[in-house]
Amino acid sequence: MTGPIPISLHVNGERVDAHVLPRLNLADFLREHLHLTGTHVGCEHGVCGACTVRADDEIVRACLMLAVQADGMSIQTIEGLSDSGEVGDLQAAFRDRNALQCGYCTPGMLMAAQDLLRQHPEPSRERIREHLSGNYCRCTGYQAIVDAVEATALSRRGRAA
Amino acid sequence: MKVTSAKAEGLSVLDRPNSYIGRGVPRPNLDRLMQGRGLYVSDIELPRMAHVVFLRSPHAHARIVAIDASTAKRMPGVIAVVTGEELANTITPWVGVLSHLKGLKSAPQYAVAIDRACWQGEAVAAVVANSRALAEDATEIISVQYEELEAVTDMRTALDRETPVIHPQLGDNLAFERILDAGHVDEAFSGSDEVVEADFIFGRHTGVTLEPRAVVADWNPAEERLTIYQGTQAPHMVQNIAALHLGLSESQVRVVCKDVGGSFGIKVHIYADEMATYALSKLLRRPIKFVADRVESFNTDIHARDHRCRGRIGVKRDGTITVFEIDDLTGIGPYSMYPRTSAIEANQVVNLVGGPYLAKNYRARARVVFQNKNVMCQYRAVGHPIACSVTEGLVDLAAMRIGMDPVEIRRRNLISDDAYPCASASGLKFEKLSHHASLDKLLDMMNYEGLRAEQVELRKRNIHRGIGFASFIEVTNPSAAFYGVGGAKISSQDGVAVRLDAQGAVICQTSITEQGQGSEALTAQIVASVLGVSMERVRVILGDTDNTPYGGGTWASRGAGIGGEAALQATKVLRRNILEIAAAILQSMPDELDIIGNTVVNVGDGVQRIELKELARIVYFRPDTLPPGIQPELMATRHYVPREYPFAFTNGVQASWLEVDTETGFVRLLRHWVVEDCGTIINPQLVDEQIRGGVVQGLGAALFEKCIYDERGQLTNANMADYLVPMSGEMPDIDVGHVVSPTLESELGAKGAGEAGTAGAAAAVANAVNDALRPFGTIITEIPLTPQVILAALGRI
Repeated sequence: MTGPIPISLHVNGERVDAHVLPRLNLADFLREHLHLTGTHVGCEHGVCGACTVRADDEIVRACLMLAVQADGMSIQTIEGLSDSGEVGDLQAAFRDRNALQCGYCTPGMLMAAQDLLRQHPEPSRERIREHLSGNYCRCTGYQAIVDAVEATALSRRGRAA
Repeated sequence: MKVTSAKAEGLSVLDRPNSYIGRGVPRPNLDRLMQGRGLYVSDIELPRMAHVVFLRSPHAHARIVAIDASTAKRMPGVIAVVTGEELANTITPWVGVLSHLKGLKSAPQYAVAIDRACWQGEAVAAVVANSRALAEDATEIISVQYEELEAVTDMRTALDRETPVIHPQLGDNLAFERILDAGHVDEAFSGSDEVVEADFIFGRHTGVTLEPRAVVADWNPAEERLTIYQGTQAPHMVQNIAALHLGLSESQVRVVCKDVGGSFGIKVHIYADEMATYALSKLLRRPIKFVADRVESFNTDIHARDHRCRGRIGVKRDGTITVFEIDDLTGIGPYSMYPRTSAIEANQVVNLVGGPYLAKNYRARARVVFQNKNVMCQYRAVGHPIACSVTEGLVDLAAMRIGMDPVEIRRRNLISDDAYPCASASGLKFEKLSHHASLDKLLDMMNYEGLRAEQVELRKRNIHRGIGFASFIEVTNPSAAFYGVGGAKISSQDGVAVRLDAQGAVICQTSITEQGQGSEALTAQIVASVLGVSMERVRVILGDTDNTPYGGGTWASRGAGIGGEAALQATKVLRRNILEIAAAILQSMPDELDIIGNTVVNVGDGVQRIELKELARIVYFRPDTLPPGIQPELMATRHYVPREYPFAFTNGVQASWLEVDTETGFVRLLRHWVVEDCGTIINPQLVDEQIRGGVVQGLGAALFEKCIYDERGQLTNANMADYLVPMSGEMPDIDVGHVVSPTLESELGAKGAGEAGTAGAAAAVANAVNDALRPFGTIITEIPLTPQVILAALGRI
């Protein structure tokens, strides 16, 4: 087996230097090495979306990316997005609408929803449903999540106007 | 806070001023989950913790001839490789039977298989290492010599003479059989104008909790205590079972349940690999962590449904349903699950078929057979989707045969709303249901006439839309009749302790558990309302056998109805105690005082007399100033269990509006409606979201979800890419309405709502598909309704 490889990256704005095995995926690196346990692991093969994080400007499945591939990148996890306040309004909408039950999908869902709202500030319900189709939720049946994202889009538009 | 009225007389404890009951207040503590600061079992790390990975049988049925782990044991980071035989010295096997399910039999099951593996995925060895990755590496170089045995896979032939018997000591592959014969079935059939018969087929599916099953077991040899961190729905049940099979007393086992990433009944059972993890911790004297990967989840989380049910219905030309008859067959894997058994679902099917209707003639046979597939057991809405799909499918077929509208036949046969209390043909006792009011409300919500007109118009353009209905009954608030009477140490009662702390805040410990339903919220709502404090002042503690009263937990839609009533009763006692002390301090009488807005006030004029914070200060720090003879008790505990009715039945009705593409076989769900009656609604938002989530799990079963086994017992789609679950893009908006018939057995009046959505969704969809396909003269009675099934029915493939 190949030995550890040095990587240097930013995670939630903090510089991180580490030695990691080439086979270590980004989700396990975040969870086990940095103890950022808000990034969840659901399927380990890129289907369920629970491990969604932002790498530079794109959302990615942290279980499908190797930690070594994140070398030099800037990673944002749900802990970072929460502390910076970037998704505070979205989280408030989720709370008011009860858009989460067990909460396991929620960090990934918030990541994906914020990604949509950054690209398309005025999404239709169909667009929201489509964009979130890579994030599985087994509890809510999705409607409350769609409502919360729609409400956030509306209030952001109101603030921008 | 404004005191709106100080007049408490005449109001129940639930509609006091500023009551939270009936309000859609947000759940406390959601920020923790939304910020990634929850604590799921998969997040837990302890000092000296090691990881276990199980080597699992690739064969559905095989003799284990030899296991050579010598190379694996020498790998760096590997702590131990343990076989079933070695582990059996630490933990004893179990047999999943209950005495009230007469004749139910099963064979001893071991934490890790000894000599023989009975399904693809059964653990044959445990590898413990410093990391999960190292343990996985080691499993790959363990050499197991198997002698493959013939696998029993098809439930239809499991009882044939030529089929091998999986557990020879049991004599045959029949785990359980129940026969019921009520009324005069043969006469009813011969007196019917029409008799319709159909075979209903239900795919095997599973819960797919987004967080896989996970456990951290921590045996501390110095304390001689085992702490189990597990995402279980029933902590005290786990405590009992772990202690029993490890040779410990229950006081030596603590079960802690933090955040749980989905449960739905999957996490209410005792699994072999979890038992092995407890035992490994004891054997190796250190914390051991097990987290299933997704392939393991599909191969070992309980599966559900997988029924083939022949149904018959008799009907008169005026629409009167005269009789139901079913013959149900289900395959449960090689063992009956422990401790709830795998016979409950079939038993429920027998109980529930025909349940909403007046017909008193009913015959049923249910057979439960062993097979070499993964174990099957209770998953959300146990038995309900089968019973509802069969019943509602037959009702629609009968209506079609006599040319009656599906709504009209239901109106003529649903038990009348003023007929209660009454009993079903199978003997279920109904306190108060509201089938007709629910149906009326549903028709209003969906604009039934408008949809029928639209359907006719669209048919002219070769667009095939359908409307399907499903009335249902739902088992909630189970008493000891469910498990306790059969000898299982699964508590049907719950306890709540509530206390006023030294700053006037309230701490509430409850034995129900939280997996996202809102147990914490509804408990806080009840406590705050009954006591007269704001919800922010109430902190709820749950999921810890050391720190909560003894109780059942959260399953079978029991948390609100049973745990909620215990919270209400405990808080009433605390309130009375507080008012007695306040009266002593204020030289008043308890009856002249009330608590509103965190403050003791006069009943008469609403004047604020003493804040709870000040009262607590006096009680805890200046008891010397209280009159002699007064011993304040600012903590109260109460327990509750329903005794009058074995179950608090609820009812409801669902409707589906969908479009079938007759070229591709795809079904597009356009809208879904539910009206249900769960009695007192504590938090309408939480109830509605339980319904919606339940509906979508039912829609998954209706259209997508199926564990596909080949004839050798190999699960061929054990991953999330090939096993399809509903995604947001294909789910409809779901409208939810309510009729409210509180149970009079409790003061709270709440029944459960967790199964309702799942109970009727698939039946409504299947009826809607058949309604859409009516011009093609085809009837489908199989789910999931995949494009393949639909195109085959249309003769297109």
